[in-house]
Amino acid sequence: MGAFVFSGLAVDDAFRIHMGILTFILGLGTIIAIRLPQPVAGADDKSGYMDGPVRVGSILTVFWGIIGFTVGLVAALQLAWPELNFGPWFNFGRIRPLHTSAVIFAFGGTALITTSFYVVQRTTRARLFGGDLAWFVFWGYQLFIAMAATGYLLGITQSREYAEPEWYVDIWLTIVWVAYLVLFMGTLLKRKEPHIYVANWFYLAFIVTVALLHVVNNLAVPVSPFGARSYSLFSGVQDAMTQWWYGHNAVGFFLTAGFLGMMYYYLPKQAGRPVYPYRLSIIHFWALIFLYIWAGPHHLYYTALPDWAQTLGMVFSIMLWMPSWGGMINGLMTLRGAWDKMRTDPIIRMMVLAVAFYGMSTFEGPVMSIKSVNALSHYTDWTIGHVHSGALGWVGMISFGAIYFMVPRLWNRERLYSLRMVNWHFWLATLGIVVYASVMWVSGVMQGLMWREYDSQGFLVYSFAESVAALHPYYVMRAAGGLLYLAGGVVMAVNIGMTIAGRVRTEKPMPAPAQLQPAE
Amino acid sequence: MSTPNKPGKNPGKTDPGQHTPANHVDDFSGIATTGHEWDGIQELNNPLPRWWLWTFYACIAFAAVYSVFYPAWPIGTSATPGLLGYSSRAEFAANMDSVQAGNQTVLRQIADTPVADIVADPELARFATAAGASAFKVNCTQCHGTGASGGPGYPNLNDDSWIWGGTIDAVYTTIAHGVRSPTDPDTRYNIMPNFGADELLDKASIKTVATYVASLSGLEGGVSTPEGATIFADNCAACHGENAKGVADLGGPDLTDALWLYEGSLPSIQAQIEKPRHGMMPAWSEKLDDATIKELAVYVHGLGGGQ
Repeated sequence: MGAFVFSGLAVDDAFRIHMGILTFILGLGTIIAIRLPQPVAGADDKSGYMDGPVRVGSILTVFWGIIGFTVGLVAALQLAWPELNFGPWFNFGRIRPLHTSAVIFAFGGTALITTSFYVVQRTTRARLFGGDLAWFVFWGYQLFIAMAATGYLLGITQSREYAEPEWYVDIWLTIVWVAYLVLFMGTLLKRKEPHIYVANWFYLAFIVTVALLHVVNNLAVPVSPFGARSYSLFSGVQDAMTQWWYGHNAVGFFLTAGFLGMMYYYLPKQAGRPVYPYRLSIIHFWALIFLYIWAGPHHLYYTALPDWAQTLGMVFSIMLWMPSWGGMINGLMTLRGAWDKMRTDPIIRMMVLAVAFYGMSTFEGPVMSIKSVNALSHYTDWTIGHVHSGALGWVGMISFGAIYFMVPRLWNRERLYSLRMVNWHFWLATLGIVVYASVMWVSGVMQGLMWREYDSQGFLVYSFAESVAALHPYYVMRAAGGLLYLAGGVVMAVNIGMTIAGRVRTEKPMPAPAQLQPAE
Repeated sequence: MSTPNKPGKNPGKTDPGQHTPANHVDDFSGIATTGHEWDGIQELNNPLPRWWLWTFYACIAFAAVYSVFYPAWPIGTSATPGLLGYSSRAEFAANMDSVQAGNQTVLRQIADTPVADIVADPELARFATAAGASAFKVNCTQCHGTGASGGPGYPNLNDDSWIWGGTIDAVYTTIAHGVRSPTDPDTRYNIMPNFGADELLDKASIKTVATYVASLSGLEGGVSTPEGATIFADNCAACHGENAKGVADLGGPDLTDALWLYEGSLPSIQAQIEKPRHGMMPAWSEKLDDATIKELAVYVHGLGGGQ
């Protein structure tokens, strides 16, 4: 109702349409909620886990994944063939934030919320705190995604990278996020285990820090309570620094800490091995969260940002190398005693590849933060390759692994519909990432070298347009890499769908584990 | 304490299912666990990997040393300057100076020499052409293209058709003051009337004169008629010249050659007479120094069509 009133009072068209969409979504949600059979109080076993949101979340993670990869493919094709810009709704300028938000917040965020609900219950042996609060957090977050996505297509943006939604969507996300924090903390407080498992520390760090980042970065004054537009509280270089403090730590706490939480539960579970060193998990956790928050200035080298801030950004990024690698070491060493599963279990293979890509991109990050390297890499496709080896390799693969682990358990299925399809997914995705990342390295370095090419007299050799023209073949290959990755996602969607439907594919089993020789 | 039921537990999965006593030793590695267990996950009490720890220390040491040598720690409104006295502005200035150092003499000569004399001096002309090519890549390719071949609405600079004159001085003036620049009073300025939109000519006359103009360069559909020639002489010749070969002083383009600013076709000519499109070029003297404008003029003049 409120949204409908706001729609009527709107001072600009975009806001009017957006509030109309909100009215529609809320109306539809209400109708569905009313028509759904009411659960009988007490029928749900209160001592059991609350897995409803986890089930819906698993499905939506796969759904958002497909959407996000598809939009990414569209963006890649638009870069290769600019004729594919269909304006104004489907211009690259709107498609690009739609892609980044769809993969980070819709796919990644839903995966994080879903897995955190699953993990925190099992590692505390407590039901989620707050009853239906979990449903509020879950659907509230989905509403945020829907509002953000439709806003981008309508051209509503505050032009802050990875934080494009305008003030009213930001306020809604803040409410949802605080509820998420209460839910998670509440569950931890009523735990039946004496200690808090390391995965939960990472999830908690992710929730707390994202709340802080989101609120500070989005401090803004709306032009009108009935309009979409707002102005940031910061200006000039302070604004740039705030944006990259947010942007970098969105990577650090959303895409690193959150997914490390995921890794710390699903990898040992799937491998059936203890976490390698307990001490490393503590040390690298605290070092990571302390150091990450300072590294933002490395996105603003050679700009108006004062030199001292650039120095600090660089040295903190370099110090971050080992704390980041702590997660990789712990992940890989946990597999000691289970390496034979690499041959037989494509889910483990996926998780190992995720950890390997995590290690690679958290090494590449500090290297790129060295100022003289950054002088070449900055503003080039190298950066795009870097984030995608992290996003496709680490975030994507570990999420796929978690989904493959959870779904048969959530629906009481004996096994997945097809393990061979997981294997197909693994190879399609791996090939896609390798193509994507290596093509972007080549094109990024070429771009950087062309931009800085001077002749013996000190004159520029290439114009910018010539460097753009030179990128075309690489952009075509990049789109091919993205297509492979998307194809892997589709294979997963079919597999998950069939598993939920209760089907089991008759297929040749994966190679059996080698006969273990008894120790002499 | 009731153990929660665990929905969907994979029956094939081995699960210790009980709490591990403290100092339980892992069978495979022979390492003691911490004694904690969560949903079957245990933790080994391994020490930190040494190489990890020492690399971490080395990174911290590097950070400490680096921040002593470079500006790093904020104090109030400023920051520690660092032992090397580094600043990125100074580094940039030094870089530029090192590149420019060898060119100082010739740059001064270019600044002091009238542009027509630069073209006459082979030594200076060679340098100015290279410098102009570089400046062209940054400032001009956006409209005129990387090969200076232009596009619809943007003149080709490689041919010998010049709207505002192709002498070195004319090219220099066009670059310095631009075309229809709203901010430069000395800009190249002309306007072709809206013959159709302002009803200066009726539809039939426009069609007739367009057909006549098309015939001058042998375009498809072009027919030379006495009526067309009369309309042309009365309305167009003032700017395009009686022979339609253009008047560079007024910026009236040559209509007899095969080179067209927009599209060389009868419908395009007709559309231009109905409601002409007008391009705009910035006055570069507002952004670039005089020497750079001279270099650009020499480069453009030398592209093939300079007069």
